[in-house]
Amino acid sequence: MRPTDITDPEYFHKVVDCQYACPAHTPVPEYIRLIAAERYTEAYMVNWESNVFPGVLGRTCDRPCEPACRRGRVDEEPVAICRLKRVAADNKGDVQAWLPEIPLIKNGKKVALIGGGPASLTVARDLAPQGYEIHLFDEQIAGGGMMRSQIPSFRLPESVLNEEVNFVLDMGIHTHFKTYVSSLHEVLNQGYDAVFIGTGAPKGRDLNIPGREEGKANIHIGIEWLASVAFEHTAKIGKKVIVLGGGNTAMDCCRTSRRLGGDEVKVVVRSPFAEMKASPWEKEDAQHEDIPILDNHVPKEFVVENGRLVGMRFEKVKAVYDEKGKRSLVPTGEPLVYIEADDVLIAIGQENTFPWIERDLGLEFDNWGMPVVSRKTFQSTLDQVFFGGDAAFGPENVITAVAQGHHAAVSIDLYCQGKDVQVRPSPLTNLVSQKMGIHEWTYDSIVVNDDRYKVPHAEKQKTLRDRKVEVELGFAKDTGFKEAQRCLNCDAQTVFYTNRCIECDACVDICPTSCITFTDNGEEDDLRTRLNAPALNLSQDLYVSDLLPQTKRVMVKDEDVCLHCGLCAERCPTAAWDMQKFLYSTSKASNVCGVLQL
Amino acid sequence: MTYVKPSFRHPDLPKNDLGFTKKDYEGAISTLCGGCGHDSISGSITQACFEMSIAPHRLAKLSGIGCSSKTPTYFLGNSHGFNSVHGRMPSVATGANLANRDLIYMGVSGDGDTASIGMGQFVHAVRRNLNVVYIVMNNGCYGLTKGQDSATADVGSISKNGMNQFQAIDLPALALELGASFVARSFSGDKTQLIPLIKAAISHHGFALIDVISPCVTFNNNTGSTKAYDYVREHITTADVVDYVPPGEEITMDYPEGTSADLTLHDGSMLQLTKLAPNWDPRDKLAAMQRIYMSRAKQEILTGLLYIDPNTQDLHDLIGTVATPLNELLEEDLCPGNAVLEEINRGLR
Ligand SMILES: Cc1cc2nc3c(=O)[nH]c(=O)nc-3n(C[C@H](O)[C@H](O)[C@H](O)COP(=O)(O)OP(=O)(O)OC[C@H]3O[C@@H](n4cnc5c(N)ncnc54)[C@H](O)[C@@H]3O)c2cc1C
Ligand SMILES: Cc1ncc(C[n+]2csc(CCOP(=O)(O)OP(=O)(O)O)c2C)c(N)n1
Ligand code: SF4
Ligand code: SF4
Ligand code: SF4
Ligand SMILES: [Mg+2]
Repeated sequence: MRPTDITDPEYFHKVVDCQYACPAHTPVPEYIRLIAAERYTEAYMVNWESNVFPGVLGRTCDRPCEPACRRGRVDEEPVAICRLKRVAADNKGDVQAWLPEIPLIKNGKKVALIGGGPASLTVARDLAPQGYEIHLFDEQIAGGGMMRSQIPSFRLPESVLNEEVNFVLDMGIHTHFKTYVSSLHEVLNQGYDAVFIGTGAPKGRDLNIPGREEGKANIHIGIEWLASVAFEHTAKIGKKVIVLGGGNTAMDCCRTSRRLGGDEVKVVVRSPFAEMKASPWEKEDAQHEDIPILDNHVPKEFVVENGRLVGMRFEKVKAVYDEKGKRSLVPTGEPLVYIEADDVLIAIGQENTFPWIERDLGLEFDNWGMPVVSRKTFQSTLDQVFFGGDAAFGPENVITAVAQGHHAAVSIDLYCQGKDVQVRPSPLTNLVSQKMGIHEWTYDSIVVNDDRYKVPHAEKQKTLRDRKVEVELGFAKDTGFKEAQRCLNCDAQTVFYTNRCIECDACVDICPTSCITFTDNGEEDDLRTRLNAPALNLSQDLYVSDLLPQTKRVMVKDEDVCLHCGLCAERCPTAAWDMQKFLYSTSKASNVCGVLQL
Repeated sequence: MTYVKPSFRHPDLPKNDLGFTKKDYEGAISTLCGGCGHDSISGSITQACFEMSIAPHRLAKLSGIGCSSKTPTYFLGNSHGFNSVHGRMPSVATGANLANRDLIYMGVSGDGDTASIGMGQFVHAVRRNLNVVYIVMNNGCYGLTKGQDSATADVGSISKNGMNQFQAIDLPALALELGASFVARSFSGDKTQLIPLIKAAISHHGFALIDVISPCVTFNNNTGSTKAYDYVREHITTADVVDYVPPGEEITMDYPEGTSADLTLHDGSMLQLTKLAPNWDPRDKLAAMQRIYMSRAKQEILTGLLYIDPNTQDLHDLIGTVATPLNELLEEDLCPGNAVLEEINRGLR
């Protein structure tokens, strides 16, 4: 193999598994160390810089970082990264001093943001400090998009959402709430230099089976119903509720129903339990609230008697897989199952719809009715129109909306400054030695054995009585500290200086996880079989040195299960290994706060 | 501040025949200087015992005093161990071996521990063909007492304390002279050579010396030292490449006529030796002596299995001790009764 090019910012970035997996590339280990040091405000700002909604995300994020966490590869469970974010948010002090200054004199460019969800708010956050005049339009009464209309208060208190939405809106954003934009053509005629469309995926999928029309008074589309609960138009539901669907929306619908009078709430889903889309922890929380989940049931009809919905009939199926692993649901032949219901919530998916965008503006749509948008620049086929969030590529989640907002803001900035949107600014990186003494590093290099800590929950009787009582209580400071100590500091990189190595094997002998091997060079496939421990995880790179001075072999380090314990560097007599902190910050339209330069 | 070894290991670590991983053969975290050759030798011992599936309780580690003699703490943490007095490991090993002939004895010593203060003990253990593995971690100095020249330092070798003027003791040559039945030399920085040698030494029935050049990074790894990493690598030559084939397994490698020799050891394991010089037979003691002298004259460090007599008699065989370890002898065995006593007495009349 060729020697690894560690000057390529993506090499070490990939080693920081959590940060790499985070769509917004939040520097996770950096903020976790700050939490352990009780520097909650800075920890919060490191998050805010990257993901704009630390308090929201610390409660609701889909956390793609956790399955990626290195700890999960050596220990039972990953670090509770998401809930640590909340520790920073819960304990932060006054952040005003850290927030970017908004120039009084504007830069003369005007940008319209359609929709007030996380995508648009991120664009606003990134552009306002550069002096852009920003106008945000949303049909809702306040900003936040689905974070406000869909995510229930027992998972996300309104006060937390308001604070973080306001950090952005207070940057002098011109808000136009309760304003439905009914024509893009009109917006384009209003002299904006650029338009960002962050209108989400606002349409809930319906289920047209017999009885739908007759029973419609008690059959609701899940996301419409959740919004009507959030905006206090709906305060009650029947005693017996069926929720159709197996995703996170279904979980929010059933749990909300339990709080609005639903005593017998059932989730009924077509697929097998294990294949449901909902996150495991959402399913757990629903079951904890006495909500049975009936899987392998396909809805057949709504049963209506005397003009009123009384229940539903389902066909029992089983999942059969062909040799390619493709699933089909085959009826078992058992009689249809009847389940009583006063109300049914349909939570079987969301769709995009753009009735307000005229199709003759030069903005292309594909065969599925989705706008043609660049995955790199988020520009549409109409140069001054950009997309992001659920509106761009279909329903995802908050952190994806934020990440796309950052990219779009970079593009809008380049576009407004007359630059090529294809030429992206490089990420900000830094690599600094963490050595303080022979056995001393700036970070806690000791690897603790603790199991993952559980977040305490409020009492069920209390939370089921009031939909606004938050279920999760968050880690207390001391548990937060202990959970933070489980982090392996993957950003403390093992950096190897070939010409210093005397090939004494000290690093090889000490390495607890057998990461390091000195051997003759070869092709990657071959090298992977010749290492001190099998290197089976192909998604993790091999770090290969130049030819070593004495034996002309190479050093090969399998990054897979390195604990970043620093022992190789401590044992090395010539400092051929060093632990160096790698900082990686994606390029944004503005460097909003200097927290990473701490 | 670390200096605690994490307890996590690679999740895909292979298991040996006993179901153990290498972790089960590790010891406490080393307190030697980072880069000390001794740590690599510890690593090789760990690996060899893991690969041979030795039940840890079947092995006893014995040592004297010195950085080298401290190492038994850093490997085979589940085995027996006795850290004795400076230079006295051979007599402790002799006593232990006589008491329980069923254990594997891993003697670990230094060049000071063996060639200076312990010389008197060492030579007698060799000539008695005591059944032990005797590893000398040879760094040409007294590491633990801050690097004074030892008796294995070469004439003209420069350490941090100056140049040595005295003739070096060549331990393999001496052991050959005294009738050792297994003599090898190796280098801490070459695990591919050292691990099979350790396995062969464990399988050998009789005294097995492995003199391992093991640089002291702190006091004797400087320019001018003949025991420094770079000097050793520049001057090393190899007599033969040893392939260890455990009992019951077949030799699979094929070599051209005259370039390899297969030897069967006491426990049924096989050694396949690939000879790097033609007409070289490791059972030929005279040739071994000659080659050692010749390489020394050429300033080469000759490594590999230098001599072996696979069919020797160890101390127990020679003096006809009881076949059972002493701790397993029952009262009936030790006190066979009046009739036997009468019998003996009759023989003496
Ligand atoms: C029930 C439910 C629960 C969820 N839970 C989570 C969760 O726990 N964690 C997570 O990460 N994600 C969750 N999501 C997904 C997440 O809410 C969305 O992916 C995210 O909010 C998308 O952000 P966005 O900025 O693209 O658009 P949205 O948040 O959808 O915001 C779009 C906004 O645009 C407005 N708008 C639309 N069209 C117009 C128009 N023509 N004129 C004016 N305004 C308009 C809408 O009113 C809305 O306010 C959940 C989704 C649902 C449905
Ligand atoms: C009876 C006695 N004399 C002297 C010493 C001091 N002493 C301790 S270690 C040592 C030399 C050790 O040298 P070596 O065996 O080569 O071990 P190394 O540290 O080099 O591995 C000496 C002289 C002692 N501990 N005991
Ligand atoms: S930091 Fe070094 S010693 Fe520790 S696990 Fe990684 S490679 Fe091994
Ligand atoms: S410890 Fe240092 S000098 Fe020794 S082999 Fe490892 S990198 Fe090389
Ligand atoms: S002093 Fe020398 S022999 Fe002793 S531990 Fe340090 S390097 Fe090894
Ligand atoms: Mg010594």
